[in-house]
Order: sequence, then C-alpha cells, then structure tokens
Amino acid sequence: MNREMTMAGATTTAAADVKARELETRNLTAYYGKTLAVEGVSIRYQANQITAMIGPSGCGKSTVLRCLNRMHEVIKGAYATGEVLIDGDNIYSSSADPVRIRRRIGMVFQKPNPFPTMSIYDNVLAGVHLNSGKQRGVDYDQIVESALHSVALWDEVKDKLRQSGMALSGGQQQRLCIARAIAVEPEILLLDEPCSALDPIATLKIEELLQDLRKRFTIVLVTHNMQQAARVSEMTAFFLADERRVGRLVEISPTTQIFTRPQDKRTEDYISGRFG
Amino acid sequence: MEQAIAVTVPDRSRLLDAEKLRFQRRKATNAFMTFLVTALTAISVSALFVIIGYILIQGFSSIDLNFFTQEPKPSGELGGGIVDAILGTVEMLAVGSIVAVPLGLGTAIYLAEFGEGGLAEVIRLVLDMLAGVPSIVVGIFIWATVVRTTGSFSGLAGALGLAFIMMPIIARSVEEILRLVPDTLREAGLALGTPRWRVTLRVVIPTVMPGIATGVILAMARASGETAVLLLTALGNNFVNTDLSQPMSAIPVRAYNYAISAFEDYHRQAFASMLVLVIVIAVFSAAVRIFTGRVRYES
Amino acid sequence: MAAIPQTSQPAIAGQQRGDQYFALILRICSLVGVLLLVGLILILFVDSLEVIGKFGIKFLTGSDWNPVAGLEEFGALPYIFGTVVTSIIALLLATPLALGAALFVSEYAPRWLANPVAFLVELLVAIPSVAYGIWGLFVLVPIMRDHVDPFLQNTIGRLPIVGALFPRDGLVIGQDLLTAGVILTIMILPTILSISREIISQVPRLQKEGMLALGATKWEMLSTAILPYARGGIVGAMMLGLARAFGETMAVTLVIGNSSSAITPSLFTPGYTISSAIANQFAEADTSLYFSAVVGLGLILLFVSLVFNFIARLLVKRLTRMPGGGKA
Repeated sequence: MNREMTMAGATTTAAADVKARELETRNLTAYYGKTLAVEGVSIRYQANQITAMIGPSGCGKSTVLRCLNRMHEVIKGAYATGEVLIDGDNIYSSSADPVRIRRRIGMVFQKPNPFPTMSIYDNVLAGVHLNSGKQRGVDYDQIVESALHSVALWDEVKDKLRQSGMALSGGQQQRLCIARAIAVEPEILLLDEPCSALDPIATLKIEELLQDLRKRFTIVLVTHNMQQAARVSEMTAFFLADERRVGRLVEISPTTQIFTRPQDKRTEDYISGRFG
Repeated sequence: MEQAIAVTVPDRSRLLDAEKLRFQRRKATNAFMTFLVTALTAISVSALFVIIGYILIQGFSSIDLNFFTQEPKPSGELGGGIVDAILGTVEMLAVGSIVAVPLGLGTAIYLAEFGEGGLAEVIRLVLDMLAGVPSIVVGIFIWATVVRTTGSFSGLAGALGLAFIMMPIIARSVEEILRLVPDTLREAGLALGTPRWRVTLRVVIPTVMPGIATGVILAMARASGETAVLLLTALGNNFVNTDLSQPMSAIPVRAYNYAISAFEDYHRQAFASMLVLVIVIAVFSAAVRIFTGRVRYES
Repeated sequence: MAAIPQTSQPAIAGQQRGDQYFALILRICSLVGVLLLVGLILILFVDSLEVIGKFGIKFLTGSDWNPVAGLEEFGALPYIFGTVVTSIIALLLATPLALGAALFVSEYAPRWLANPVAFLVELLVAIPSVAYGIWGLFVLVPIMRDHVDPFLQNTIGRLPIVGALFPRDGLVIGQDLLTAGVILTIMILPTILSISREIISQVPRLQKEGMLALGATKWEMLSTAILPYARGGIVGAMMLGLARAFGETMAVTLVIGNSSSAITPSLFTPGYTISSAIANQFAEADTSLYFSAVVGLGLILLFVSLVFNFIARLLVKRLTRMPGGGKA
C-alpha cells in the first residue's frame, strides 16, 4: 500500500532502543468471579504488526485485551488462567509483577481519560514521572514534544501545553492519551475500541497514526468496526460467544484474507452482516 | 498529517536507571500502605467487638426474670429490676410514634409527590437541620414548652421529645423510598381517572409499606437509646408509672443514673440495662432485615 | 421525578377538591417541621436573653463560670474549649481510621470481606450514646488511667512544646478531655466512614484504570486518582462527624470528669463540654439568670450544630448522588 512506502523512508532512532516484542497467549481463560467469560484463547500477536480483534458485543474481545496487560484482574473477583508470553516470558507466572508488566504494555481506553487535574504537558509525562520520578538534567520538554509529534497533536497544542487536558476535543483527548501511553516507550500498545466515542474525522486521524506507530510498537486493537479492522490491521482475529455466553476465538487470519475468503462459516456470517 | 519526526532522547538510559532504583522503593511504600490500611481497619472493627463484648459479658449474668419484672430497690439494697423503665420506654416510644409517624409520613409524601419547588427544598433543608439538633437541645426545647407550662416532668413530655427526634428520620427515609417508586405507577393510576390523593394512598403507599415500616422501626430503634432528652423531660421514677402526666422511667436514663451512683449493685444493673437496650435495638434491626433484606443505620 | 402537572388531571370538580385538601394537609404536615425549627431557635434565644443582656460577648469569652447567687459570672469559654478540644481529638483520630477502613472496603478487600467489614463498623452507629458512656466509664477510663496516659506521659510528655499536652507532673485520673476525645472518636468513626465510602466509590473507573495501566502501584493510584478527587466529600464527611461530636452528651458526660477546668494545654485535665455542662447543670439552675445561662449554652450548641450541618450538607450533596434513584 502507498502508505507503507512513504513511511518506509522515515527512520526512528528511538525505535532502535526498544524493540517491539511479540506477544502470545496460550489457552487464555478469563473469569469474572464464578462466571466464565472467555475460554481457550491462543493467539500470536506478531511484533510490529497491528492485530485487530473483532466480533459482536459480548464476545469477549475486550476481556482478552485486558488480560494482555493484567488489567482484567483489577475488577474485584476477576481472574485469568493460561499463559500470556512476551517473547517467551509468561506474565502470569507467580514471580511476575503486574505493575512492571503494565508499564511495559500501554493501554488506551474506549473513552478518552486524560487526568483532569493535570495540564497537557503533565498528562503526557504522567507515566514517565510515575515510573522514574523527576530527574534533573532530563529534557522532559523533548519527551513531550516527541510524543505529541508521534500522535500528530504537537502543532495543535504546542501553545497551550500548560492548560488542562480537558479543554481539548474528544479526538484530541484520545490522541493525548495515546501520547501519554507511548511516552514511557512501552513494547506493546493495546487499544480498546479507541475510536468508538469519536467522530469520523477524529477516527481517521487516529487510524493514520496507528499506521505510523506500528513501526515502533506491537499493536493490538479491539474494534467493533469491521471496516476499521480492514483498513488498519495486518492480522484479524474474530471472536464469538457460544451458546453458554463463553467467548472463544473463531478464526485468526491475515486481514486481506479474512474479509475475502474467511475460513469459518461463522466468520463469513458476521462479515457479511448476517448478525452482529 | 505531519510526519512522525524522530526525536532522539538520549536521556532514556537515565530514566531507565532511575526507574530501576525507584521500583523497589515504590513497592515498599505500596506494601506499607496496604499494611497501614488493613491495620486501621482492624482497629476500627475491633472497637465494635470490644464494646459489645463487654456489655454482653457484664450484663449477661444479671438478666433474669426478676430483672424484667421487679421495680428498683432502694439504694444499696441488692436486686430489683427495671420493669418500670421497660414499661416507660415502651409507652413513650408508642406515644412518640403516634405523633411522629403521621407528621413524618405527611412530610415525606409531600416532598416526594409534590416537591419540586423552592418550598420543598427549604423543607428538606429544615429536616436535615432538625435531624442534626443535639438531643440535649431538644430536651431544653421540650422542657421550655411542655414541662414548664404544665408544671411537671412527664411521660408526655418525654414522648414528645422522642417524637421530635424521630420525625425527621422517618420523613427522610420515607421520602427516599417514595422516590424509588417509578412514575409509571402513578401515571397508570391517574390515567384511569383516579384522583391524585387516591393514587398516592391506595397505590403508591401500599407498594412501599415494608420500606415505610423499616423507616419507622429504625427511628424507634434510635429513639429507644435516647437519654439526654429524657433527662430533661420525663426525668424518671422509681416505680411503675403509666400515667403520661407524671415522670416516667426509661431504660437508658435508668442505666445512666445507676452508672453514676456509688453502688456496685447499681453498676451491675446498669450493664444489664445496656444489654437489654442493645438486644432491643438488635431485634429492631433484625425485623428491618426481614422486611428489606438489608440493614442501614441512621446516624 | 417531577410533580405531575395539574393539566393532566381530569377536570372533575369533586376530585380536584379532594386533591386540594390532600395537598393542603400534606403541606401543613411539612410546615410543622419548619415550625419546630423556628420555634426551637426562638425559644432558646428568648430564654437566653437574660444572660446575653447581662454579659454580652463575655458570655462567650469569659472563663469564669460561677452560679453562686450574688457572685454570678457566666463565661462559657471553658466549656467551649472543652467541646473544641475533645472534638478535634476525635476528628484527628477518627479520620485516618475511617479513611483507612473506607479504602480497605472499597479498594483492597475482596467482595466477601468488604461487605461484612463495612457492616460491622457501621454497626457502631446503632449503639446508643449512653452505652458508650457506660463502657467508657468502666472500661476505657481505667485503661487510660493505668496504661495509656502513663505511656503518653513517658513518651510524648518528654518532648518540648508538645509535651505540655501530656504533662508528667500532676494527677492522672482517667476522666479527662483525652478520654472524652477517644470515646467521641469511636462514635464519629462510622459517620465519616459511610460517607467516605460513598465518595470513594464514585471516582470514575476510567481514571483509576488509566493510572494503573501506566504502571502505578495500588497506593499510587489511590493517592493520585482517588484521594484528590474525593477530597471535598471527605472534608464534608469530617464536618458531619464534627457536628456529631459537638452534640454528643451522654457518652462524654460520663468520662470527662465534669469539673470546672482552667483552660490548660494538658489533655489530662477533667473538664466539661457544652453539652455535658447542660446535662449536669440544668437541674440545678435555680435562679432565672443561671437558667438563662444554661439555655445560652444550648443556644451556642444549636447554632454551631446547625452551621456545621449546613456546610457539611453542601459539601456532601455536591459530590454524592441525591438519595433515591427516581425514575424507573
């Protein structure tokens, strides 16, 4: 695609420092208390690729996403079994620390959530300060500028960095949240229906910058919008809840294939709009 | 769209080093706060056990049939009971409820069914203020209006003092319950041509009867422990008296008087009275739970 | 929910009248409450006019309280002092306990533990004041006198400045301002707890998760996402607790010693609060001036309670849902 060709020219030295990693789940099963939500999910998310997870509501795609950075267990009574491996290391092993893991995996939520008491500047640096404190001699301005450039927000906010993040439009707020997530240089970026609260123009902007960010991170994108998955991702995973409301992975294929020649009939039904 | 410009950030390594250093300290702080929060909670919970446990242990051995049926013995003599105080509490609660329930209900219905204007907000504010009046001040008020004009302490004055305390509690909780009734219920009744007052009395109120009973019972539970107001209104007596125009005993007042006396036996009976009171309140709360499946206390 | 507009009702004369009577009766009921409040304020005011007229502002600022006929002095400052000190002690001790328990129940404890714990602490509200007082008199006072007070004397009492709170000279009898403060702590703890719980539960999940997703520890999330957000409501909870502490009578009067206090920094002095002074002296006020003074104390108490209740209500209402849900 044209987009890929023009992007190939731009090098990012920052990316050389942190290698995006491959993520894999093996037999991932998640519960909310006693209720089984998803079962037996095994997926490989390739490095530097965008993998989309699609499916009707209630199919468990968001649950799976939240398991990838151990946010699922934040809900009282929720837990997960199985393995989630980052380059072979199981993040669910008993010696793994969720706090460390969440720092390595960034997350963008369905509704933009800039921190209301912080300025735009501080919002971008929120994760950085959290993890490494405020060090002298570090050019935080540069970090902020770089992050905001990466989400194409710099020109729009460079004169109002000290203002509250809440003063921005929805699309800008969401880009701010992405900037905040990438400012700590995670290895993987998770996005949970990031455009569902945004207008089409803002949506397009975010889809564009995801294509750029792919160079630096491994991206997993949950979306209810099939066209978005088709536009943006290399691989697509289709989920469905069975008759007992347990979510399962039905099919995972390269995007170009899943929308033209899906392997499973259920996938075909969903894609052609017969339900969902 | 602007090109994603690569900006070199050579400070990254410093940040990563700082991160490693800070991590252990952050974890330690987190662990400490978890411990602190748990400890504070444990202390808070243990307060309850310590107090109730003490009342139970101290009072238990004194509770026998005599305690419930006899009148108090003169100071220093062993034995005797609190039957007059029990009867007094029951009677004053009953009379107080007769006054407080209609007023409280009426206010609650007004607020819930008609109450959107400024007057309603004022009344709600007034109710909250009334609920916050210290009970000793209520005692002064009732003394000045009832006891002073009738010339004597009386069970009636005590009952009115209890009513003063109960009314705002009943009004607030019943209003809350009435607001939970969906408008569709009211509209259904009105659509049939039923007048407003009938809809309220015959449709809405019966729907929330258990909730109303809850509010009343909780208010009575609270009033049963009231002491300060009774000290200034009903005063207390040494023998059974059911005449509302005369001073009347009450369980908490009896316990207070016994506790500050010099006699060991009176102290023993004070604990026993407290146990009786706590049991009464527990029974009220259990009754509430049967009605609604949850327990909430008015503070 | 809205009041159903009159126009939607059938225009049948008899029914309209029925409704009008109904509304009238209800309005009268509601106004009784207003009458009571107004009457309360008026009567207390009128009955304390005598002492206010005679002493003016000195009623509040004077520190002598002498009811002896002919030598009357009525300065309520020692009582105000006692109320303020015991209430502040209670607030200082109860707030961390209540906040800790609120955080524990909302954020730390699993569901099966959180509800029973909250229930148990809130049960404290159901215990009548006089029961606290009796427990305090026979259990807390000896413990304070024999164990806690000497400990405080030997530790903090040795420090400069702060040591004046727990002086090492002088008698420690257990019935004093400190013990009253401790009893009040237990009594206002559930009040602060239940409101704080509600406030904390209203912090939006997105804010909390946003912090966690960046790699915050639980405590970091709480201190940056929850506590600043909940700050106003927690202050409101504290004010309600304070209002409750001001008005407490029976528990305090049993453990505070009820003897005229000079105003000293020592927490080991017995004293009075305004409410315990009323409870103790009401029956003995034989002259009209004395009586007026006691009622004047009541007026002070009433005024302070009303003001605090009002402010607390504002703070809390702004940050919690209105009671009841409303629409179906």
